[in-house]
Amino acid sequence: MTLANANRLHADPGVEREPLHHDVPAASSAESPLQRERATTIFEQGAPGRRAFTCPEMDVPVVDDLLPERFRRAQPARLPEVSEPELVRHYVRLSKRNYDLDSGFYPLGSCTMKHNPRLHEKVAALAGHARLHPLQRPEHAQGALELMHDLEHALGEVAGLPHVSLQPSAGSHGELLGVLLTRAYHESRGERRVKVLTPDTAHGTNPATVTMAGFEVVRVATNAQGGVDVDDLRAKADDQVACLMLTNPNTLGIFDANIEEIAKIVHGVGGTLYYDGANLNAVMGISRPGDMGFDIVHYNLHKTFTQPHGGGGPGSGPIAVSDRLAPFLPKPIVVKGEDGGFSFDHDRPDSVGRLRGFQGNYGCFVRAYAYICSLGAEGLKDASQTAVLNANYLLAKLRELDTEGRIPLAFGELCMHEFVLSGAPMKKELGIRTLDLAKRLLDHGYHPPTVYFPLLVDEALLMEPTETETKETLDAFAESMAAILAEAAEDPTVAQNAPYTTPVRRLDEAGAAKRPVIRQPL
Amino acid sequence: MSRYTATTEADLAAMLETIGVSSLDELFDRQIPERVRLRERLDLPEGRSEQDVYAHLRDLAARNTSAEDELTFLGAGMYDHYVPAVVDMLMSRSEFLTPYTPYQPEISQGGLQVMFEYQTAISELTGLAVSNASVYEGPSAVAAAGYLAKLTNGKGRFVASAGLHPHSLETLRTYAHGYDVEVVEVPLRDGVTDADAWAAAIDDDTSAVFFAQPNFLGAVEDAEALAAAAKDSPAVVVAQVDPITLGVLKPPGECGVDVAVGEGQSLGQRLDFGGPSFGFFAATEAYLRRMPGRIAGETTDVDGRRGFVLTLQTREQHIRREKATSNICTAQALNALGGVVYLSWLGKEGLAELGELLVQRTHYARETLAALDGVEKLHEQPVVREFALRLGVRDVDAVVRRCQEQGVNPGLALTEPHPSGLLVALTEQRTKADIDRLAEVLGAAVAAERAGAPQEVAA
Repeated sequence: MTLANANRLHADPGVEREPLHHDVPAASSAESPLQRERATTIFEQGAPGRRAFTCPEMDVPVVDDLLPERFRRAQPARLPEVSEPELVRHYVRLSKRNYDLDSGFYPLGSCTMKHNPRLHEKVAALAGHARLHPLQRPEHAQGALELMHDLEHALGEVAGLPHVSLQPSAGSHGELLGVLLTRAYHESRGERRVKVLTPDTAHGTNPATVTMAGFEVVRVATNAQGGVDVDDLRAKADDQVACLMLTNPNTLGIFDANIEEIAKIVHGVGGTLYYDGANLNAVMGISRPGDMGFDIVHYNLHKTFTQPHGGGGPGSGPIAVSDRLAPFLPKPIVVKGEDGGFSFDHDRPDSVGRLRGFQGNYGCFVRAYAYICSLGAEGLKDASQTAVLNANYLLAKLRELDTEGRIPLAFGELCMHEFVLSGAPMKKELGIRTLDLAKRLLDHGYHPPTVYFPLLVDEALLMEPTETETKETLDAFAESMAAILAEAAEDPTVAQNAPYTTPVRRLDEAGAAKRPVIRQPL
Repeated sequence: MSRYTATTEADLAAMLETIGVSSLDELFDRQIPERVRLRERLDLPEGRSEQDVYAHLRDLAARNTSAEDELTFLGAGMYDHYVPAVVDMLMSRSEFLTPYTPYQPEISQGGLQVMFEYQTAISELTGLAVSNASVYEGPSAVAAAGYLAKLTNGKGRFVASAGLHPHSLETLRTYAHGYDVEVVEVPLRDGVTDADAWAAAIDDDTSAVFFAQPNFLGAVEDAEALAAAAKDSPAVVVAQVDPITLGVLKPPGECGVDVAVGEGQSLGQRLDFGGPSFGFFAATEAYLRRMPGRIAGETTDVDGRRGFVLTLQTREQHIRREKATSNICTAQALNALGGVVYLSWLGKEGLAELGELLVQRTHYARETLAALDGVEKLHEQPVVREFALRLGVRDVDAVVRRCQEQGVNPGLALTEPHPSGLLVALTEQRTKADIDRLAEVLGAAVAAERAGAPQEVAA
């Protein structure tokens, strides 16, 4: 599997390639067709007058001068001029220059790259979902409203918080909503608090969101166990604190055992507790944010609930809240009438308003709902249990292969659904950095883990295998990690110059930022 | 129950032994305090087989009236355009569907190059020098443009035309409350932004001005005049544009607009009851380093091969944290792929031809409907693909219901400040014959409503 993956990015179908040997640097001498060719964009193809589109017949009488000349476009937009076969071939060739989850292991920490069931694509494409206009009258959209209603219930149940809004478009959008709800809550009590606490392990979206919502970020330190430093929290918690944003388990994969104490401190000064649901895949059916004392949770349907990530979206970031925050949820919300029919409630005077157009990313709701229907209560719990099992197994397997001296676990002994290794000893003893290890993993046919995050771990490697991987995959990956370390002990330059087998090799990112070329010159 | 896990009993035993715990429960018992453990089962139904779930989702779909089930003229922000087969086919390829954001460029050249091509297409369409790789959708893109303005000039007020989509106005207000900017709304006059009120509202404390092209009532605004009115102020000029109209309308970059944003759904995206589609965000060169979201850039690898990377990342949340230009992270990469494939499929000539077809059919529809008894135009401004009517009835909703009983959805019943208004949208899927059918059904529905006829015998 590993070898197949390594080669799939560049090999022509049917062309046998030499297997990669872990102890031999794969040379770049045997370039693949996709490596040899210079990347050409769609704008560099085709010919004037060539086209794929046939315009429908002009079946109405043509009237001149409907648009005043000064409103008219003078020169046509220089879009590509290609035939349909050219178009298809171009994008299919481009697709082959991508690594993807359907082809191989993707232990990208904090991103929950679990299998995307194909059933979901099939049901989302049904015309009753895919061609439903967002302003269709509710009596003609009862199926969609019921789906949203039941999804809200299911998500609320998983989080242990009863009131759900599906509107936000992604996790960071849900975060923004959560902080705006907090602000509205305090404002309703005549308070204008100015601070939001975030731990130093937080996702970058947390502090960025805090600023956008008009608050100031105050950092809380991490203790020796990888959790929130409760003394530091206590010192910083005052009546100006609007909220603490936390993930639990956090980005170190550590479940904070002091969570009840933390909640007590924050609630004690009148603040709200916000749960960044990026790590919800660790605790479904096992522990609930609402029961831990959280007031607000956002979900990433594109992580925990299998919406395919699409190379950077679409996502969906619903949120759930406790009773005291419910009046402020965005408009509209789905309500079920006494007759069993569903409608939208727009009459919400305390609502923060709207975060986007229409109802949210309904196509993502269909997929998440199908997933929840498939798994049910037991299946969701099984998914989280297996995610935690797989992460601990991979961690233990790496230890068994004697990698701990070079890439030790940064905190704790066990982990939840992900764990963080530090590449600092590896850098010191072998002369290769975390980045080099990651790039060498590409030659082994894997997507590397998240690197250099969280920021407080030196040379961090954040690994999240997810529940949908087999033991064999985890074993093979651990062996590749060990092989790379062994190879670096012999010759660090191999990893330092990796990768060798990918469509392009290391790219000049500094140059790209210094002299930005962000469009094709035409 | 369906599961997507693979652990056999033998696997489990071996894995627990390697970990050094005696049971799965021990993994959790050692990490999670008992008081926050959930000891009951989640209150959710049992899992089901794939075919049962399919049947259930199909039944839910069947309870919706989609654009397949009726002749629809509903628009108001999302439109029933034809989605070409190549768009569906390419968006469903695993290699585009299932990767994460391209953090490892060596194995993400496909996705990165798509972003680069998309940025080029959006730049070209809008006549603006720079585009990012997508934002969530239309209204939140308007609000994101507001945040760019706030970061740029720190001024305290937005001036927004009432011609913006109501969802854009509401979203802008929600966001602006967060970053402490006041929103002042300028009303419409004769269907377009009131030029005098607009000019009067703009002053030295104006952070940004916002208008829509075409506006919510379908009217083409005098974009150059609106932009010129802000010229001597610090305001960033923001236009929300329907991209499908840019085959015929002057691009915002040639009208003095600084930032053009909008909803990309009309570019080959499904209706999907409102999403996911994509939002676009383009600007003049001056705002490059204040743009939100991902941007792909061209570079070379160590062997001199052309390649693409995410660039200018020092703007972004994972580097800049609280000083980031936006909190956006996951956006709409897959939908943006659909957008650039669609634009390439239409091509240079096709976009203009499609625009012209829309202009002519929309004109035909507008004149045909406005000739009906009890129906008149809400405004006389030029339109491209959507127009507003005023119906001589008290309850426009009732007229819409009567039409839907005949299998025709005539459009959106407007509310205040246009209580008798009906917003009608065209796409290339609505032919002359369809328009004639709409005229027949709408005429009968209006007549029946005016006569106070019971709904069952309408038309």
